[in-house]
Amino acid sequence: MNWKTATLAATLAVAATAQAHAGPTVDSVKARGHLICGASQGTVGFGAPDEKGYWRGLDVETCRAVAVAVFGDKDKVEFVPLSGQQRIPALQTGEIDILPRTLTWTLQRDANGINFATPNYYEFTGFMVARSSGVTKVEEMTGASVCVQTGSTTEVVVNDVSSRLNLQLKPVVFDNVAATRQAFFSGRCDALITDASALASVRATQSKDPDGYVIFPATKYMDALTPAVRHGDDQWLDIVNWSIQALLNAEMYGITQANVDEMVVSGDPRIKRFLGVEPGNGKALGLDDKFAYNIVKQLGNYGEMFDRNVGKGSPLKIDRGPNKLFSDGGLMFPLAFQ
Amino acid sequence: MIAALWDNRRFRNWGGQLLLLGGLAALLIWLVTNTVANLDARGIRVGFDFLSRPANFPISESVLPYDPADTFLWAYITGVGNTVAISILAIALSTALGLIVGLARRSQHPLTSGVASVFVTTVRNMPLIVHLLFWYALATTALPAPREALNPLPGVFLSLRGLYIPALELDANAAAFVGCLLASLALLVAFRRKVVSYFRLEGGGAGLLLLAVSAAFALFWAALFIPATSLSLPEYKGFNFSGGLRLSPEFAALMVGLVIYTSAFIGEIIRGGIDAVPAGQWEAGRAIGLSERHTLTHVIIPQALRIIIPPMTSQYLSTVKNTTLALAVGYPELGLVVGTVINQTGQAIESIALLLGTFLTISLAVSLFMNWYNARVALVEAR
Repeated sequence: MNWKTATLAATLAVAATAQAHAGPTVDSVKARGHLICGASQGTVGFGAPDEKGYWRGLDVETCRAVAVAVFGDKDKVEFVPLSGQQRIPALQTGEIDILPRTLTWTLQRDANGINFATPNYYEFTGFMVARSSGVTKVEEMTGASVCVQTGSTTEVVVNDVSSRLNLQLKPVVFDNVAATRQAFFSGRCDALITDASALASVRATQSKDPDGYVIFPATKYMDALTPAVRHGDDQWLDIVNWSIQALLNAEMYGITQANVDEMVVSGDPRIKRFLGVEPGNGKALGLDDKFAYNIVKQLGNYGEMFDRNVGKGSPLKIDRGPNKLFSDGGLMFPLAFQ
Repeated sequence: MIAALWDNRRFRNWGGQLLLLGGLAALLIWLVTNTVANLDARGIRVGFDFLSRPANFPISESVLPYDPADTFLWAYITGVGNTVAISILAIALSTALGLIVGLARRSQHPLTSGVASVFVTTVRNMPLIVHLLFWYALATTALPAPREALNPLPGVFLSLRGLYIPALELDANAAAFVGCLLASLALLVAFRRKVVSYFRLEGGGAGLLLLAVSAAFALFWAALFIPATSLSLPEYKGFNFSGGLRLSPEFAALMVGLVIYTSAFIGEIIRGGIDAVPAGQWEAGRAIGLSERHTLTHVIIPQALRIIIPPMTSQYLSTVKNTTLALAVGYPELGLVVGTVINQTGQAIESIALLLGTFLTISLAVSLFMNWYNARVALVEAR
């Protein structure tokens, strides 16, 4: 427990006492003039400030897409770095408006005061081990020490894997990300467990020799990392959902940041509706009719975002895998903009 | 009538108290019911029923036996067990080290007092978290990997996975045997005066008798139940050592950091207490022919204790609370466990309430004990 979590919990109690029903989130966001997003404490590729202090990453840009939808400006966002433990109380108390932070969609979380929007990343939990250990799959990990960060679903995964395969894994649990990673690289643990993409990020940016480490899945089960909003504000949930959908649809239609202005004159009625040439979609959500156009114009489509942050255009070089569109054999499913 | 009541001093006093108490209770009830109602409106569950669900998360080391299949309640109790264990150990060790530091500070020898004062100045002026991280970084970088573990004695391995030593494994009979032996020794020591006077023993005879009686006890138990023991040796298998007793780097870093940090404060409290006893007491001790050591132990320390104990109580309380910093070095004390419980269940308010209640209980227990001890050593004055 650290004081931040304690403070948040206390705030939760006070906030819950003070007001039963905050007005719709979108009104308070508009009145404030910017969006407040929960961000990670530095996972390159998903959410981390660059050397100029500008936040970058897939989760960060998902949040920027919502800012574009509401304000037409991707920079009207404030990012609040949160630990794994702090993130959900921060959302519940209204300290942040949206939580896109490699958050796994689980029943217990969903049933406890938050709502999940559309997954922006499908992922398996992975182990990273030193290549020199010769281990390449979970079954060979008997007796290994595993560095685990608290405040994640991975604590449960460690236990599930260990008991299912009788591996007698020895977890070493830390409260913060930096300590967990440092303990792994110093050799305190044989393995580091977390989302495989975060492992790829850690390997690419924090190890001296990225080729000296291998990553493999801890389980065969896939997780959906999904931005979440507070329970009980359906209008806000819709806005977040369709901002993410705009990114997916743009990729499906082949609309990119570069060609979006050419696509505006497209004859395809679906594209016309999508880009707001034919009005109605934005208005229905209480947004600008051209919100999808604005999102693509400022951020590109989902594929571009993926490549830029975690895919082939980034140091992480993560394969699209399950994060391809359904039409390419992945799990990303664009819904109809009409 | 009302004026008469108002003029009644007793009524006014009691009425005021009752009004205040009632108001406080009403405020509390309003806070709780309103919070519950609003949390409910936001779809956040409230209540303690989550405590009976299986925890499913691992705890890396614990004093009490713990398995992830146990309930959240047991995970929480395991955290309490760890916190209590490290608190007691840290308090005992830092008091011992603090006594040495305090006496060294008063030493006539310039080297001894110089070293002690440098120790106190540097240690006391660094935040505890820095101490912990320093010792943890030292443990995890200076020590070799388990494959190249240091092996100073057969069966003893030191690596960055911790210190492994051979363990004596006792079966139930042997454990009972050791337990009875310790209990009988404790009883003998507790009632030594009675034993000595009953058998009319003087001087050295008493100690011998104590030993003889405990030995007889031990033999009796050994004959009654055949104890079986085996030696469990640590051995390197696959990734890690298995078998033997293990001292983890997390525990070691926490203990070393906490003990060193606290001992600097305790040393100063002890030195201050001793210095506060008037110099005349030393002179009086010498005047009746006591040696320096005896003056210290029989004249000065009993008087110094009265000055030492109140600040020592708050130092002990800080130490108990400081154990929560263990999460920085990955030792699963109560705070870390509660943090994990909050994350797994989302029940922040209930878990924080449990955390607060537990620390309040532990701290009050420490206070009560120290107050009792304070009363015991206090000057008994004529009333």
